[in-house]
Amino acid sequence: MVSSNLNTSKPWLLRPFNERSTQLFLGILFGALALVTILHLAFPEGHALHVSAYTVTLLGKYLCYALLAVAVDLVWGFLGILSLGHGAFFALGGYAMGMYLMRQIGDRGVYGDPVLPDFMVFLNWQELPWFWHGFDMAWFAFIMVLLAPGLLALIFGFLAFRSRVTGVYLSIITQALTFALMLAFFRNEMGFGGNNGLTDFKDILGFDLRSDATRLGLFIATGIALAIGYVVCRGIVLSKLGRVSVACRDAEARTRFIGYRVERVQLFVFVVSAMLAGVAGALYVPQVGIINPSEFSPLFSIEVVVWVALGGRATLYGAVIGALLVNYAKTVFTGIMPDAWLFALGGLFVLVTVLLPKGIAGLLQRRKAPEDSAQAAGQEVTA
Amino acid sequence: MNFFEEISHRDRVFEFLAPAASPVDVRHGPILYLEDVSVSFDGFKAINNLNLTIDDGELRCIIGPNGAGKTTMMDIITGKTRPDTGSVWFGSRHNLLTMNEPDIATLGIGRKFQKPTVFEALTVFENLELAMATDKRVLPTLTARLTGEHRDRIEEVLNLIGLAQLHHREAGILSHGQKQWLEIGMLLMQKPRLLLVDEPVAGMTEQEMERTAELLTNLAGEQSVVVVEHDMGFVRSIAKKVTVLHQGSVLAEGTMDQVSNDPKVIEVYLGEGA
Repeated sequence: MVSSNLNTSKPWLLRPFNERSTQLFLGILFGALALVTILHLAFPEGHALHVSAYTVTLLGKYLCYALLAVAVDLVWGFLGILSLGHGAFFALGGYAMGMYLMRQIGDRGVYGDPVLPDFMVFLNWQELPWFWHGFDMAWFAFIMVLLAPGLLALIFGFLAFRSRVTGVYLSIITQALTFALMLAFFRNEMGFGGNNGLTDFKDILGFDLRSDATRLGLFIATGIALAIGYVVCRGIVLSKLGRVSVACRDAEARTRFIGYRVERVQLFVFVVSAMLAGVAGALYVPQVGIINPSEFSPLFSIEVVVWVALGGRATLYGAVIGALLVNYAKTVFTGIMPDAWLFALGGLFVLVTVLLPKGIAGLLQRRKAPEDSAQAAGQEVTA
Repeated sequence: MNFFEEISHRDRVFEFLAPAASPVDVRHGPILYLEDVSVSFDGFKAINNLNLTIDDGELRCIIGPNGAGKTTMMDIITGKTRPDTGSVWFGSRHNLLTMNEPDIATLGIGRKFQKPTVFEALTVFENLELAMATDKRVLPTLTARLTGEHRDRIEEVLNLIGLAQLHHREAGILSHGQKQWLEIGMLLMQKPRLLLVDEPVAGMTEQEMERTAELLTNLAGEQSVVVVEHDMGFVRSIAKKVTVLHQGSVLAEGTMDQVSNDPKVIEVYLGEGA
């Protein structure tokens, strides 16, 4: 009996749960979430096993980066679109969340204006710009977290993919996109706080952002978002659409020839990826307490690609590993010797590219390979 | 008045009203019909008053020296190149000159290019799965489930192309010949009425050639197959009817023996060789 290796009769979103690697990933992720929560709550401050609120927030930040990396891996690893501008979608999601948090400040700002955020009062604006309306409502803001990056990706992708712009040219355009947005958001006239961005947040959904409990809650929410994002991406990858994506990546003309609308496949996956990046940005902002145009910087988007390359392309979990490791290393290095960090990152990148072309995930797979093939053989006998 | 009566007849379907996706009409015999087709590139006549008829279910070999217009002819049939003059019909209902490439492919003309391109990172099974004639829009593809019927169809084609043993292997590891068969298999998954096959045995071993001959002969009957090939031995082994192209038009047509004894053909081929 001929069988494909996965149960393809299930709904696409349930298929990842049948997969060993996803089970393992979710197990480790939720285990880590539980462990950090317990260590944070159960041990008093000063105890050797206590995890401080600072560390919890730092880990939450890493998880945001991990979700962003997963989004980048979805389009780069499986669709072959090297986006050097995913920071733009991340930042847009962040700004949508930031606008909500700004409106939540109410009259507790420095100038005490009940409606206008501080920077608008400072700029002598008399009324709220039209695009700030609605952001006092959480549901609206949360929809915008998905919609703003999604819409930008839709328009950008529609134009780019329709004209069959691919490869290096597309990468350069994505860089230009995020750079243009950075310049735009730097301007005070844009109405997003210019240079300083949005900051001085007080609370989210009524919870005080400075309290440890809220920080822990945000950390857990980020972990859950990462889990959902991972399962959605994995679901897409395991679906027929995922195989069509790989087909587009490897032989675009051939895919078109057997009847798929390549540009639509690319557009769909690109938009999903941008939305996930937006969610990552939205969860990032309340944890770091600020969003400013530097998140649009082209350098940041390139760094994300480095995480994915280090972790291993086209595996999704590799992206998570890469994001966590590099950012942990960054925290450590910039603490010890700030000037050396960029050299360390560059060195790491060169080392991995030369020694581990498939990244850290490739190393894991190589170790696991004999076991996997035995399993595959077993499957065939039973199938 | 008469005109009104005529178009108000509800029991009659007018050709120009019939949707393009309607079945191919082969009641009159031919599935492909090229008449007085000419095309020139920068003054060079690649196709010159070409007339060609392929019957439904036929296996036809087309031979000819380099530059005879074989590839251009395929380009015209699949909609890649538009001829300057002439008409091209698929069955007696579909005017191919009014259709674009994807539409022609959907209608049931499959083309295999010279160089095999399969999706190397996917398994043999998955390659066939993607090629299967189903709804290929984005969301239906995302939610697509593999039914037993699909599986049966894939299995059937796997057996036909002799790759059943390798179904779970990545297509990238296949030999050149196996890739060619897989690609033919991918065409078959689209259930074409007419297969255009461009030099299928180039670079194949003797054994692989035999397998390919067997495969193509098996396909004829259900599908019409047009094979363009240089290898005379191979053509002799499969062809019932051979068309010789020369300088963009038909030089001779008939069985392999008739054609190879035709003095015009001998002259063209020997002239080439000399």
